[in-house]
Amino acid sequence: MAIVSLREAINQAIDEEMARDERVFLMGEEVASYQGAYKVSQGLLQKWGPMRILDTPIAEAGFAGLGVGAAMVGLRPIVEFMTWNFSLVAYDQIVNNAAKMLSMSGGNFHVPIVFRGPGGAAHGLGATHSQALESIYAHIPGLKVVMPSTCKDAKGLLKTSIRDDNPIVFIESEVMYGDKGEIPDGEYTIPLGVGEVKKTGSDVTIVSWSKILAYVVWKAVDALQEELNISIEVIDPRTIKPMDYDLIVESVKKTNRLVIVEEGWPFAGVGAQISHEVSSRAFDYLDAPVERVTQEDVPLPYAHELEVRSLPSVDKIRAAVKKVLYRD
Amino acid sequence: MATKVLMPKLSDTMEEGVILKWLRKEGEKVKQGEILVEIESDKADMELEAYDSGILRKIVVPEGGKAPIGGLIAVIGEAEEDVASLLTGGSTPSEGKGATKSTAAQTEVKSLPAAAVPQPTGGKTKASPLARRLAGDHQVDLSRVHGSGPRGRIIKRDLEVLLSGKSAQRVSSSALIVPGTAEDLDLSPIRKTIAKRMAESKATAPHFYVTIEIDMDPARTFREQINTVTELKLSFTDIIIKATAAALMKHPQVNGSFLGDKMRQHHYAHIGVAVAMEEGLVTPVLRNCEQKRFDQINAELSDLADRARSRKLKPEEYTGATFTISNLGMFGIDTFAAIVNPPEGAILATGTIVEKPVVKAGQIVIGHTMKATLSSDHRIIDGAVAARFLQDFKMILENPASLVL
Repeated sequence: MAIVSLREAINQAIDEEMARDERVFLMGEEVASYQGAYKVSQGLLQKWGPMRILDTPIAEAGFAGLGVGAAMVGLRPIVEFMTWNFSLVAYDQIVNNAAKMLSMSGGNFHVPIVFRGPGGAAHGLGATHSQALESIYAHIPGLKVVMPSTCKDAKGLLKTSIRDDNPIVFIESEVMYGDKGEIPDGEYTIPLGVGEVKKTGSDVTIVSWSKILAYVVWKAVDALQEELNISIEVIDPRTIKPMDYDLIVESVKKTNRLVIVEEGWPFAGVGAQISHEVSSRAFDYLDAPVERVTQEDVPLPYAHELEVRSLPSVDKIRAAVKKVLYRD
Repeated sequence: MATKVLMPKLSDTMEEGVILKWLRKEGEKVKQGEILVEIESDKADMELEAYDSGILRKIVVPEGGKAPIGGLIAVIGEAEEDVASLLTGGSTPSEGKGATKSTAAQTEVKSLPAAAVPQPTGGKTKASPLARRLAGDHQVDLSRVHGSGPRGRIIKRDLEVLLSGKSAQRVSSSALIVPGTAEDLDLSPIRKTIAKRMAESKATAPHFYVTIEIDMDPARTFREQINTVTELKLSFTDIIIKATAAALMKHPQVNGSFLGDKMRQHHYAHIGVAVAMEEGLVTPVLRNCEQKRFDQINAELSDLADRARSRKLKPEEYTGATFTISNLGMFGIDTFAAIVNPPEGAILATGTIVEKPVVKAGQIVIGHTMKATLSSDHRIIDGAVAARFLQDFKMILENPASLVL
């Protein structure tokens, strides 16, 4: 076991996959000479050279499209968005080309591409630079959406994503890049579509992922277990799409109560989909309506006080957990 | 041609009617337009005319019986006509007497402890899906489970409490209260009379109450002596009746009636004694108690009380009292206030004889006392009159030898 930062874990995944498969290459803004806007690609240019580590102009639609074309003709590009907010400029390439090419070419063109970068809010970056867009991409058939909450998961999932023959939306977290965690020694991968019970419990299931799980849910779990004298089960689906519904349904059958905590907005959020699936598949096991904690349905304010109040918090999770326990 | 007589709708809110009186008997002639029957609706008593002429062939619902609107109550036809086919139609009348229980369906539930209770709310039972599944697994009727969730939703813990047979800490104790059932019983004629007369008395006669405590040691000694030296089994009630009669003779105002523009004072004591029966109470009347000896009162009272309990009193035996005594002493009642039984002007309520420390000749000794409360109609009896009556009543009871004169 080694202890590495999240940026190192991701760097290792890219490095190892580039070593494993010469078709793999990385491109994006500042990924080469600058060693990455968040230093994720540190050292890669020196190791793999400018043919495989490519700086691009500030033109997301252009290099995303370039990546899709490269994937169609046999390469395995990793396209880095400085943040997922900028992917909206390349939305057409991702949604209309990457996602649909296999289907619209009658199975002739696979698009084995990984779009990756940090998503969600950091601190005081304002509405346009703080978006959690997983539900938007998960909405699109043809895309897989992956969101790790630990270093180990990030490395294992990214390696699998790079090897996958489909377009992958791989969303990291800017504020987590420096966070350290254990990763296994040697080669390992984690399959897509397989969640993990991060903590077993008996009274309430909380499903959450990425930074909100790492930064908010764990704090809430520690506080609430003691405060309410309950045992909380925590599930990280790790892959938003395909979602590991089986794992969640099994957990809900045990605890009878579900709270979904996500950074995105409520309407058509990922939690809404999970909630539906659980209602459908575990209806007879629910003792309370499924509760969701999401970002408030507003563009995220700059102001710190408002930003904090807009995002999921321990207090909001406490309220939801108490509600499903009928202890509010 | 024979025709049915059906229960008419006599008011907008009427659902059923009670047959008060048939004005024709079976076999008698009926003319169209004649009053055939008196019917009590929820609003009033109404007369129903016959719509057809003929012979009243069959009374289906007897007097006192009930029928829903449109229910068959009688058949009118020709003398020799076969009316059997008509009798099968219409709604079946209910019994004229007895209880109509309005208890909700209460199917027994297996392995269900007493905490299972009916939902007081109407409509669909609210339960979490899990609670429904658990209820199904354990054959629990959810309509009998109290829901502790929002808006009475039955949730897992309610079932757990139920199935474990003990209360969970998190469940409020109110979740286990049984709302219970109720039933509506028809008023018996005697109950109706009591209801009417007591309400009328309390509403029209301004009552006031005066209580006095009486030393019963002399009466106890007196009773013991009589019962020892004679065949008689004298009761305290006998003694109280005699003492009351004697006191009434001194206070004719208390032995009177309010007659609107007059008041009547009686110079005889017809004393009613309240006798409790299952359906209500009746007060057989001992006439001219002021003239009767103990043996007469004793024999008469036990005869009247017996026949009262078996409902064999003739009307003249329970009417015409000038004053009433009600005794709840046998139930351990210390003191109570009775309601005047009109047209009488007062009623005496006696309690139990209590053994207790009393002061006699400056010494605390064990004595026996009884409290008597006179309820009076203030329209004819003033406080001082009532007080003087009780004063004399006390004096007589405390010197019972005077009663044998």
